[in-house]
Amino acid sequence: MNFEFSDEQKLLKDQASGFLKENCPLVSVRDIVDDDALSYDKTLWAKIGEMGWTSTTIPEEYGGLGCSYLELSVIAEELGRSLAPTPFSSSVYLATEAINVAGSDQQKNTWLPKLATGEIIGCVAVAEAKGQITPASLATESNGSTLSGTKIPVADGDVADFSIVFVRANIGDGASAYIVDLTQSNVERESIRTLDPSRSQAKITFTDANCELLGKEGEGWSLLQKINNTAAVLFAWEQVGGSEHCLEMAKAYALDRIAFGRPIASYQAIKHKLANVYVKNTIAKSNCYYGAWALSTNDKELPVAAASARISAIQAYYFASKENIQVHGGMGFTWEFDCQFFYRRSKQLAVNIGSELVWQDKLISAIELDRAS
Amino acid sequence: MDFNDTPKEAEFRIEVRTWLEANAPTESELRDMEPMASSKLWQKRKYDAGWACLRWPKEYGGRGASAIEQVIYSQEEAKIQTPDNVFMIGQGMCAPTMMAWATEEQKREYVPAIASGEKVWCQLFSEPAAGSDLAALTTKAERDGDDWIINGQKIWTSGAHYSDYGVIVLRTDPTVPKHKGLSYFFFDMKSEGVETRPIKQISGASNFNEVYFTNLRVPDTQRLGKVGQGWEVALTTLMNERASIGSGGGGGVNFNRLFKLAQDVNINDKPAIKNDVVREKLANWYVQESGLKFTGHRTLTALSRGELPGPENSIGKLVGAPKSQDMASFGLDLLEQSGAIWDDEYSDFRGLYQTSYMSSPAIRVAGGTDEIMANIIAERVLGLPQEVRVDKGIPFNEIPTSSSVK
Repeated sequence: MNFEFSDEQKLLKDQASGFLKENCPLVSVRDIVDDDALSYDKTLWAKIGEMGWTSTTIPEEYGGLGCSYLELSVIAEELGRSLAPTPFSSSVYLATEAINVAGSDQQKNTWLPKLATGEIIGCVAVAEAKGQITPASLATESNGSTLSGTKIPVADGDVADFSIVFVRANIGDGASAYIVDLTQSNVERESIRTLDPSRSQAKITFTDANCELLGKEGEGWSLLQKINNTAAVLFAWEQVGGSEHCLEMAKAYALDRIAFGRPIASYQAIKHKLANVYVKNTIAKSNCYYGAWALSTNDKELPVAAASARISAIQAYYFASKENIQVHGGMGFTWEFDCQFFYRRSKQLAVNIGSELVWQDKLISAIELDRAS
Repeated sequence: MDFNDTPKEAEFRIEVRTWLEANAPTESELRDMEPMASSKLWQKRKYDAGWACLRWPKEYGGRGASAIEQVIYSQEEAKIQTPDNVFMIGQGMCAPTMMAWATEEQKREYVPAIASGEKVWCQLFSEPAAGSDLAALTTKAERDGDDWIINGQKIWTSGAHYSDYGVIVLRTDPTVPKHKGLSYFFFDMKSEGVETRPIKQISGASNFNEVYFTNLRVPDTQRLGKVGQGWEVALTTLMNERASIGSGGGGGVNFNRLFKLAQDVNINDKPAIKNDVVREKLANWYVQESGLKFTGHRTLTALSRGELPGPENSIGKLVGAPKSQDMASFGLDLLEQSGAIWDDEYSDFRGLYQTSYMSSPAIRVAGGTDEIMANIIAERVLGLPQEVRVDKGIPFNEIPTSSSVK
């Protein structure tokens, strides 16, 4: 039994932690949140590119490090813990994955080396309206060489260089994926205000925008499910990192804050609350280990493992971030305190690639499929 | 990361499996045998072949094996049908305490008989007015020459009715603060002055007892630790208890069974598994169950590497016990009106959900209530301070009790 990261992977995690402590203190997250003109931390993003994190799972032939998802998992945990305000998840977990999985040789040669260095940013555009997105609900259409429609919200769509755009298809699984250069004149985009301003989102309108098919027509929805399974595990690691940070903050405050002549950390009401946070974090983390293992071995259990990691991490982060505010009392509700950033991020991560409700249903469907075979 | 044994572990697993396949008691062998007799038969056979209490030193009846070898053995034995283990308390709690605190002579005399199953031991700690606040116990031991004379009552004593020996914590000095006035002993359960009365539980079963002491005489030589050191000795026992109770119990309701039930029964003429509320609940239990399973894998990894496991395994009982209860309750809901039936003839699954519904409350209390487990996580894992105690430093006989304040 070896259900643990290797020493090298642990070292990478320590390096990532040290790097982010120095280059991404919470005050820099606050800077992004406070300034509407700033979508992300450009200096941090450039350094992350220099560190090679953006190239972690890209094959060496395309300029990447060719490492496994285990390496990417430990990086994700630390990015989540630090609330790094960068387009890392959109560009690395989603856009890079999509091209790596479905791209032609030429597409890989065009995009992967630049994604690897971080000099370009990719994103994924799926949502168009409120509620769960399905192929039937997509209004964006393509004639094969151009596409038209409006996508909102698109995480990091205002800062990305290109997007994987999912459009309606009348064949196959009902959707197709296209690569679209977002810098062309047929693309209009605006930053939108969001629940978590440390992560930018955009409204993008495509009017006969030039596009290039990614994968096959009518196989877009399957591609999206596949990259979402990968992203679910990596998002979950970010969520666990954030949840653990919340627990540390709540604990530190509870030990420091005196009420009725003693630290509030000595009251069972607070102790049990924090014990429950620890329990949920541990459940989520162990499921993340499972997800990372399934992802790194491309095991057939991945759909179950990814959903387990995602559901438990959504639950853990929501709980940890709201109870962190609660432990801080009124101060937790002030703009001055940092609790808000975790509460915001927990929900941003919880809805970005499909909500808890969607993933609970996916999990049971995956188990039904597994048991039927 | 991988789930496989190391080559050395794989070799050990084969050795275990080979022995178990050749030696596990057959059905015909056990036919017409009382449960206790078959338990003892199996335990003795394991002991004779060196497969009992693997982690203990050889001189006390063990095998001197590593923690991961013990785990591998347990995993393999769990795969086959063997008689119930009635020695868990003796082997899991009493013997480790004896090994830590008894004299060399006593260890050699008593511990191997626990390993072999020849003697069954029980643990007598809780009292009617001392449960979570165990150190508030009042059963007293008074010195009389070379003996101690014991009077009072213990409760929740699992297996007292068939045990040969017991370990017990007693009040030897009520005039000092409560943790300081306790002493720890072991004694012969068949002695004069010991009366065991079974407690009928809400599940209908009687797994544990009240035990009354009337002028029971215990020799001073059977004291473990110094006079007044009983609390410290008791902690040795309790640490081992939590390790052995773990997340188990609840009568066997798990995700797989509930999932199958949801496929078998209908809601609005469609299989319940197609109902969104059912799916949501099942998904949440699945992730809890897999979270616990993989938490266990992380612990095993540490053991496999010869490292001390991290604190993460402390969540097992706190998550597992309420989960079992909630799943049993939901299983009854899925059965709809027939959920009310608890009858060998008419109940589905031989009353699995009914039995579990009625027995799972005990798991949330036994070996530390949910609330105490949460305190343990808060204090020992997170390092939060203890609740202020109003009885701290006060002589035990001056602390208010439920009866003194009435």
